[in-house]
Amino acid sequence: MNELVASFSGRMLRIGRRIFSRPRIDLPLAVSLLVLALIGLTVLYSASNLDRSMVLGQAARFVAGALLLLAVSRIPPTLLRAWTPWFYLLGLFLLVVLMVLGEGRGADRWLDLGVVRFQPSELMKLAMPMMVAWYLHPRPLPPRWRDIVAIGVLIGIPAILVGKQPDLGTALLIVASGMFVLFLAGLQWWKIGAMLGALAAVAPVAWHFLHDYQRERVMTFLHPENDPLGTGWHIIQSMIAVGSGGVFGKGFNQGTQSKLEFLPEHTTDFIFAVLGEEFGLVGVLALLLVYAFIVGRCLWIAANARDTYSRLVAGSFGLAFMVYVIVNGGMISGLLPVVGVPLPLVSYGGTSAITLLTGFGVVMSIHAHRKWTP
Amino acid sequence: MNGRGELPDDRARRAHFGRRALAGFAIMFLMLVGVAGRFVYLQVFEHAEYSTRAKANRVRLKHLPPPRGLIYDRAGRLLADNVPAFRLDVVPDKVEHMDAMLQRLSAVVPLTDDDIRRFKQSLKQHRAFEQVPLKFRLTESERDRFAVNQWQFPGVSVDPYLTRNYPYGAEFAHVIGYVGRIDEKEQAKLDPDLYAGTTHVGKTGLEKEYEKLLHGTPGYELVEVNANQRPLRVLQRVPAKPGKNLYLTIDERLQRAAIAALGGQTGAVVAIDPRNGNVLAMVTAPSFDANLFVNGISQADYSALLEDPEKPLLNRAMRGGYPPGSTVKPFLGLGGLELGLRKATDTVLSTGTYYIPGSSRGYRDDTRYGAGRVNLMQAITRSVNTYFYSLAYQMGIQRFDQWMSKFGFGSPTGIDLPDETGGVLPSPEWKRKTMNQPWYPGETVISGIGQGYWMVTPLQLAHALASMAGGGLSHTPHLLTATSDGLRAPEVPYPQPKPVQLTHDPADLAAVRVGMLGVVNTPQGTAWGLGKGFPYLIAGKTGTAERYSRTSDAYNTNKNLDYLASRHRAWFMCYTPAEHPQIAIAVLLEHGAWGGSAAAPIARKVLDQWLAETPPSERPPVPVTSIATQAGAQGPATP
Repeated sequence: MNELVASFSGRMLRIGRRIFSRPRIDLPLAVSLLVLALIGLTVLYSASNLDRSMVLGQAARFVAGALLLLAVSRIPPTLLRAWTPWFYLLGLFLLVVLMVLGEGRGADRWLDLGVVRFQPSELMKLAMPMMVAWYLHPRPLPPRWRDIVAIGVLIGIPAILVGKQPDLGTALLIVASGMFVLFLAGLQWWKIGAMLGALAAVAPVAWHFLHDYQRERVMTFLHPENDPLGTGWHIIQSMIAVGSGGVFGKGFNQGTQSKLEFLPEHTTDFIFAVLGEEFGLVGVLALLLVYAFIVGRCLWIAANARDTYSRLVAGSFGLAFMVYVIVNGGMISGLLPVVGVPLPLVSYGGTSAITLLTGFGVVMSIHAHRKWTP
Repeated sequence: MNGRGELPDDRARRAHFGRRALAGFAIMFLMLVGVAGRFVYLQVFEHAEYSTRAKANRVRLKHLPPPRGLIYDRAGRLLADNVPAFRLDVVPDKVEHMDAMLQRLSAVVPLTDDDIRRFKQSLKQHRAFEQVPLKFRLTESERDRFAVNQWQFPGVSVDPYLTRNYPYGAEFAHVIGYVGRIDEKEQAKLDPDLYAGTTHVGKTGLEKEYEKLLHGTPGYELVEVNANQRPLRVLQRVPAKPGKNLYLTIDERLQRAAIAALGGQTGAVVAIDPRNGNVLAMVTAPSFDANLFVNGISQADYSALLEDPEKPLLNRAMRGGYPPGSTVKPFLGLGGLELGLRKATDTVLSTGTYYIPGSSRGYRDDTRYGAGRVNLMQAITRSVNTYFYSLAYQMGIQRFDQWMSKFGFGSPTGIDLPDETGGVLPSPEWKRKTMNQPWYPGETVISGIGQGYWMVTPLQLAHALASMAGGGLSHTPHLLTATSDGLRAPEVPYPQPKPVQLTHDPADLAAVRVGMLGVVNTPQGTAWGLGKGFPYLIAGKTGTAERYSRTSDAYNTNKNLDYLASRHRAWFMCYTPAEHPQIAIAVLLEHGAWGGSAAAPIARKVLDQWLAETPPSERPPVPVTSIATQAGAQGPATP
């Protein structure tokens, strides 16, 4: 029995040593992610009214995500690249399944697999930039018009599926993550300008295709005082929470806005406001700095990567990660309309945390395999 | 880079990527700085403003539940209104030891076990910072006692609210129904936005049927409160939109007259206007006080209602099923004519017993030696069984069922009340399904006199009669005639389904009417004398159905009325004025000895009230001939 335990623990030790002795992972990135996760759990503990089971549940998801990260970091990018189209197709397939199953049930973003429920759109956030990078990898750069059109199709299909859920915010983020690849691939500035111009011209037409509630949200964002009960109430209460936090905050578990339930969704989409209320501007800036460091590190890893695919994936992932932070921060401070975008690795929720950590696993793998010649 | 701007090799690609990554990071970082700047603006420059807005939780959202719509009868009498009352509310968040607090509180304001049980139930449905009602309708002395002791009970408050009140108590309990506390099941189904702050919901009757109309739209108040949550001032107020007021077809005086006429007997009376399906009266006796249920009936009161042998909670008018007996004869006779099986003048010989051709089993008439040769009119007037035995047999059960279901037998009438039952119109399929037995021809025969498995609700019979009286035009019976958005708003007629024409030859209807006029207005009629002194001709039909099947073929010679009442259900249905009917009535007595003697006089009292209520300008002119006829009509009614 003892031998069994000894051999088992010995085995685990060896595995552990193999992972950490030849470090596949980038230590600065790993440490900053750990710091972020700890901040997230602390704020969640307060936001959930000291609900231990909720915090432990989230911690368990972090652990699961970290294991995935370690596993993925050992897969060479060449292999990841080979798997990319399948990964993308799987994401598409799940989105279609969700559309068929979720028929007639309002905004349904969840796929119930019996054991776990998850959001295929979150998976797409990772699969999208990988797919575009896969496409551009063997082709001449900067991308030519015909490549741009092909990529437009690759981006458009999942974006439309997600937008139909309807989850406009996530759809836009998926589009953005694909666009970042194009940008990093060296798309000429004038082409970027032309595309933005075309987008601006199409916007009024797109307005007609929005759902009523989506238009309402945009209108509410422009005039929050017209809807003090619905989303306008959310924005106002969120701003009160942040503003009343001041420079140093009200202290852990002292936020009246979230404790008295003025603040909606205070464990998920609006958790940033809880942090702002309880830890003040100091807490906010510290968190933003951690995010900025993580993104900077991702881009640095990308710049040192060995091939086009790796560079594009790591770089676009970092930029997209930054966009999530900006969109969520802008939303809770009243700069942007209310869209259901969680604060990465801080908001309560499994799919988002696990997919993000898997994404960082890809980045780690790119870092670990940077010196290998192709 | 070459001429086309292509990146020649990986080194160039890498260098270019580095520049792009830097540019991307710079752009993103600038945006992040923008967001950070926004936080600086909110948390440094606007801090004072937001701090005051948050510090004392100054702005609280208070839901304003809408006042429930009122219910009026056809003459504008208020049948359901809202009266101001006070209740005890608890905010669970602010109570440290709930059980201890309740114990101390019950010394100040008496709390029954029912109150506490219900309160604990609704605790689960509310969030901790929401008010949960503990006791409704505080008396003045309870309110005063609590006011003096309030300081001992943080989180408990007395709040004004509007409570439902039914001024007529038991009179409309089976029609209007009642509202009650929202329970867990209902909570799950109701729209939380619409019912924020609402404690009651329609449970039965019209209150349930028209919940959507009666409820209204809640409003809200943004209230500024101090640190102790005391309201300081209202910042913004969007008033609630009250529910729609309902105007009913029912006539309170007629309803009351019907209750008085029943005189405490167990039964039901339904009166319908054949011209439009308006339900003028719908009475079930015994009834119960609907007000008992509004704020939670006590266990003792509820058990008393449940254990009462006369079942006051049963809505007999639309849920009670009784064999219709001879009241089906006019409908069957009409079917014989309309289906072309018989002419009105064709006669049948009644010898006292009817035999199915080729069978020796006999079916009896009410008189031992029969009524002789009778045509349709005589058969209805004298309620001759043999005529209808043979007609039912001739028609066959399939056509019989088809015809009777046209008049609504066997299915709910579709009145605007919840949980109506459709009785039973027996058919071979029905029997196979429910009893797994074959159909016998004899059962077709007894169906012809409304016996066997037939079950009819008083409402169904009144509806069928109204359809026949109104020239064969079937209007879905209904109670709601119009709605309005408040007293001064105009009444908006409530749409009704289109009527359906059931018959095709007015002559057929006329023949049946002659038979039914005979019932009331000729000495052979089973309700002779009922029309005495009434200015219009009354057409009617009696019915006496047996509760138990007879144990032997012998004629029962026990004529004791109490004994018969225990075995019989007494029916009477009638309409008037005969030529232009304006009211059709069905009366049922659960313990009536004979339809003609027990049930018919009740219908007459309702008709008298109808006459007194209806101004002459709204009735047809009184026919001179009918007055002459009435003068000669005298003598007791025979069964």
